[in-house]
Amino acid sequence: MSRKVITTDEGAPSADAGPLLEVTDLKTHFRTDKGRVRAVDGVTFTLGRGKTLGVVGESGSGKTILSRSIMGLLPRHNVIREGSVRYDGREISDYSEDQMRAIWGSEMAMVFQDPMTSLNPVLKIGRQITESLRQHLHMDKDEATETAIALLSSVGIPEPSVRIDEFPHQLSGGMRQRVTIAIALACGPKLLFADEPTTALDVTVQAQILNLLQKQQRERHMAMILVTHDLGVVAGRTDEIAVMYGGQVVEKAPTPVLFAKMKMPYTEALMNSIPKLESPSHTRLEVIAGRPPDLVNPPKGCKFAPRCRYAQPKCFEHEPPLVQGEDEGHYFRCWFPVGTPEGQFALKRNDEIRAKQTAASAAGGGA
Amino acid sequence: MAGSGTAHLRPSAETLLRAERMVVEFPVGGTGLKVHAVSDVSIDVLEGETLGLVGESGCGKSTTGRALMQMPSPTSGSVVFEGTDLTTLKADALRQVRPKMQMIFQDPISSLNPRRRVGDIVAEPLRVWNRGTSAEQMAKVSETLEAVGLDPAASIGRRPHQFSGGQCQRICIARSLVLDPRLIICDEPVSALDVSVQAQILNLLEDMKARYGLTLVFIAHDLAVVKNISDRIAVMYLGKLCEVARPDALYQTPAHPYTAALLTSIPVPDPMVSPTGDADLLGGELPSPVAPPSGCRFRTRCPRAEELCAQVEPKMRRVGDDHFVACHFPLVETLDDGPELSLEA
Repeated sequence: MSRKVITTDEGAPSADAGPLLEVTDLKTHFRTDKGRVRAVDGVTFTLGRGKTLGVVGESGSGKTILSRSIMGLLPRHNVIREGSVRYDGREISDYSEDQMRAIWGSEMAMVFQDPMTSLNPVLKIGRQITESLRQHLHMDKDEATETAIALLSSVGIPEPSVRIDEFPHQLSGGMRQRVTIAIALACGPKLLFADEPTTALDVTVQAQILNLLQKQQRERHMAMILVTHDLGVVAGRTDEIAVMYGGQVVEKAPTPVLFAKMKMPYTEALMNSIPKLESPSHTRLEVIAGRPPDLVNPPKGCKFAPRCRYAQPKCFEHEPPLVQGEDEGHYFRCWFPVGTPEGQFALKRNDEIRAKQTAASAAGGGA
Repeated sequence: MAGSGTAHLRPSAETLLRAERMVVEFPVGGTGLKVHAVSDVSIDVLEGETLGLVGESGCGKSTTGRALMQMPSPTSGSVVFEGTDLTTLKADALRQVRPKMQMIFQDPISSLNPRRRVGDIVAEPLRVWNRGTSAEQMAKVSETLEAVGLDPAASIGRRPHQFSGGQCQRICIARSLVLDPRLIICDEPVSALDVSVQAQILNLLEDMKARYGLTLVFIAHDLAVVKNISDRIAVMYLGKLCEVARPDALYQTPAHPYTAALLTSIPVPDPMVSPTGDADLLGGELPSPVAPPSGCRFRTRCPRAEELCAQVEPKMRRVGDDHFVACHFPLVETLDDGPELSLEA
């Protein structure tokens, strides 16, 4: 039960040549009958080699489309993709599918949420791992099989030489997710996307899988983008966190900074709506009123304003830019940030307005 | 855990629902084998109480919830609701009890008929039971929709696909409330929802419980969620109960090694707390419920297991004020001097 408290000493950034991934103003819109869905709307970030970025947001915030857009895994039609994606110094946003095929697997790989549907049910596990080994690394059959067995054993699958001849349905959910991780790692990618890798799994298995990802990442000096809706999952396992809302990054900071000095009211609200194990039972949870924004007709001004406790008239008119906070690498989009005099003022003002309204409606009801 | 026994049950006069030694088994087609989904589980719920039932997938928590509802009836054991043993009732008599027990399911969207309007979905139970005139029924529907936080005028004529997941769960809750039930069994009602929506639904369930004087059985795999809403928690593993306790005691002094393992594997939203390493995590996998381990069912993954655990099944014993554990080697001292267990016994 004891959990060690880390003494954080953020090591100096590695002196590798340039960042691994630079995403600049990436937009991914879908043409639909209802209009243009702005799923990803101007996202910018860089990711260093061997580093982990956590992408957090509710469903519909654009976090999954962001990772698919970077990897070029989008439908062929009715997609509008703008902005730049530089991977290892190369601009890959305009690569064709054939060009991307050389990158998929050997440079970037993805672990999906549902291990049940991301494996082919009619192919043996061994075949699903060796496929990319033979394609990308040009191994012969025996060599590929040997490597596949070694991979399965490195992701903690017992009796890998037996399992290799089994079908996905013969494995449990946790084991299947280990297999998809083995497939993703097969060709030694430098960047791994993990899209809600543990959401479909039990908590005990979730911790095992997250530990496995972290261990593999460290051993292979691989960068990782961990996409999740659970702030608990990213807290102890990422270098940096980007919080997404309505297709945009609304706050981004080194992990310890984000948790200690969050500036965006949305991040604060998300944090407060999680039931905490430490708090006594029947503690009233704070809720975020309303619903996520309509991505076809996003609200004018700040997209979070209609649900925000801090919102002022200005927020409904002008969209706040992504500005830097006092800590290095801390960016947020807010006119009245949490924990600042402006934010305090906004909260106080909203409380007063609410008090007046309640008083007025009480008086009206009494009349 | 993996234990049986009834030491944790309270006097039957005080309980609204009391299931004793409940067993649910399913045949495995053509093999003569059986899935031991629920094996000798006893639980009780007081009027106005929320019982949390927690465990990993495959531990039998949903089957337990369904057995309480007699959907299907348990293979053996009793389920006493308001003083009547439901397992002895004929179909017709059981039907008369059903309005008092309702259920809410995990996936709110698939548990609503996509082709029907929300007003009809919520009114259906009233129509089935011929409660009041149709004007009275519609008044009740409006009142209930209002109570769960939906605007009746705007929602009655719409269909489920026009609502978000959280709103659909509100509709499901409204549907379960219209017959004024005494007991609602909630089977993972928030696990398909986003955290922000989850908080809304948890608060709503608390409000509805206070407003309508409900008793809840809340089934979930997330200990933090269960702790938030429950008055008493029962931890299940592979068809057996491990531990029964008040939420705060369960969190502060877990007595069963399985409960402790569950607690350590929950990720903490605090970067200063390092994630639990593999050494402290539960290894291995859930054994097959077709051939569960002998003795204590948790012994194959338990860090404290000894030979005794393989031979003798632990019984529920008291370890604190309203705190019971089924374990030979619990993490806290037991209070009552149960019969001394040994290998020779």
